Amino acid sequence: MKFTRAIRMAISSILSNKMRSFLTMLGVIIGVTAVITLIALGRGSTQRVSSQIESLGTNLIIINITGGRNRSVTQEDLQRIKGISGVSELAPVLSGGVTVKAGNKNTSTSLEATTPGYQQVRNTYVQLGRFLLQNDLDMRFRVAVVGVDVADELFGRRDVIGEEISINGVEFSIVGILEEKGSSVAGSDDNRIIIPLTTGQRLLRSTEVRTFYVSTLSPDVVNQVVGEIERFLTRKFNDENSFRVFNQTQLLSTINEATATLTMMLSGIAGISLLVGGIGIMNIMLVSVTERTREIGIRKAIGAKKRDILVQFLIESAVISGLGGVLGIIVGFMGANFLSRILNIPAAISADVVLLATGFSVGVGIIFGLYPASKAASLNPIDALRYE
Amino acid sequence: MIRLENLSKIYSMGDNRVVALNEISLSIDKGEFVAIMGPSGSGKSTLMNIIGCLDVATHGKYYLDGRDITSYNQNQLAEVRNKKFGFVFQGFNLLPKLTAVENVELPLVYAGVGAKKRREEAIRALEMMGLGKRIYHRPSELSGGQQQRVAIARALVNHPSVILADEPTGNLDSKSGMEIMEIFRELHSQGNTIILITHDINVARYAKRMITIRDGQIVSDEEVERR
Repeated sequence: MKFTRAIRMAISSILSNKMRSFLTMLGVIIGVTAVITLIALGRGSTQRVSSQIESLGTNLIIINITGGRNRSVTQEDLQRIKGISGVSELAPVLSGGVTVKAGNKNTSTSLEATTPGYQQVRNTYVQLGRFLLQNDLDMRFRVAVVGVDVADELFGRRDVIGEEISINGVEFSIVGILEEKGSSVAGSDDNRIIIPLTTGQRLLRSTEVRTFYVSTLSPDVVNQVVGEIERFLTRKFNDENSFRVFNQTQLLSTINEATATLTMMLSGIAGISLLVGGIGIMNIMLVSVTERTREIGIRKAIGAKKRDILVQFLIESAVISGLGGVLGIIVGFMGANFLSRILNIPAAISADVVLLATGFSVGVGIIFGLYPASKAASLNPIDALRYE
Repeated sequence: MIRLENLSKIYSMGDNRVVALNEISLSIDKGEFVAIMGPSGSGKSTLMNIIGCLDVATHGKYYLDGRDITSYNQNQLAEVRNKKFGFVFQGFNLLPKLTAVENVELPLVYAGVGAKKRREEAIRALEMMGLGKRIYHRPSELSGGQQQRVAIARALVNHPSVILADEPTGNLDSKSGMEIMEIFRELHSQGNTIILITHDINVARYAKRMITIRDGQIVSDEEVERR
């Protein structure tokens, strides 16, 4: 028997019982929709996080000194690290939360006290005014570069060069406005204030530099530079657990792993609903075989072989679940777009997921159709003909 | 053409053994029109099922066109049913969701005939049965007599060696029943081999030879004298 004819036969049989076929399909539709939507959203957010991290620069290395209270790096240490081959720039950072006031308005924000190198290392530039200069550090000027959120919050506008603000009660004048960065995984990059390191040491009453950023000449030498820094710090502290060195590539792969695991888990749960849908198909196919016992008997009497009946019922269940799969893909597309709009997560629907979902749903139909179909195929023709 | 040798069919249900056919020997030649008569429970339906390869005997031999088919498996039997037999049942046994022509096409579908040829042959068979105008009707839109004629067209479409009719007039009024029997008489005069199972002597009289069975055994096998 020709395949196309078998499919046409299956479709007409499905159409002859529309409500039941639809309800049977519903399990598969829901399963496929869930798989498509969850994978699309999972991948979309992974892509966004990755691109955010990449925009920070893949040649960035972050060093945190942990361990003992008085452990920190000195100016000489930093000079030594800056001298490592492959390092292009270095910026120590002292950070803390502060309260900022201007006129009668105040806000809390994060403060970073650093050096002019920060600009290049963190890929953070000003859109108005200027960044910190070496002179600001040397003279311990009370100048500040602010993010746009701070400017908006305190002044309601962005051209605030020359305005005075008070940080934890100390007067500063604004010399620059940072470029707008938008929010990232780590929170808003626009809600911060940058001041000279030396001024910050006084303000925060701490001279200990426990965090510093290093940028390398190219992303290729990151690992080598990380190794050098680790060796240097291990020798200095005589303890390799007293500091942590991160780089963006590492961070990227960690986050990718985490989201991939999450996506896998979610789609696994969605896969379970596909399985349940498959059981629904099996159930209905068993009912259908019983109902159509007489038809099977007639077909066998006029010459249908076991295989013909088997194929007929298998195709029927594969078409039901395949159709459910296609509908699920359509609903999944809509669901992913809808959710990405309300949750503000980008959706990434890729061809491989669509193919996988289609293949999986047809496979579910065949696997769960196998038992009912073989039951139909092995019916004895006279018993089947006698069946009322 | 058909030769049965000491054919028995025994059903065992638990400790009960029911002998449906007891050592039947019988041969039917090409071109014969045979009626198998008997009251219900006599074993005539079992006999027809075995002749039609819908069932297999417990003991004995069955030769069809000289070949011993007792040892055939299910698939081989299906092929024999498809190629050698055309069935006409009491309850018509048409598929309700298919049109007349699709029903008639079915044996050709399983014989692997191409779509175009199938349709032509099916339409020709329906026209022969005087149903040229009812080709695309579904069984529910046809009268009992018309449905049975569709079933006969289906039985004929594959040019079978034998037409097996099991109480073909059982569900029909007497007028339609007579029409159907006239069709069988006509088919016989064209050279078809027909085996008719019935309990009705008036129906059996259309045949040329009448075999009566009772309790699984042949009690008489005689020529039918013309009315």
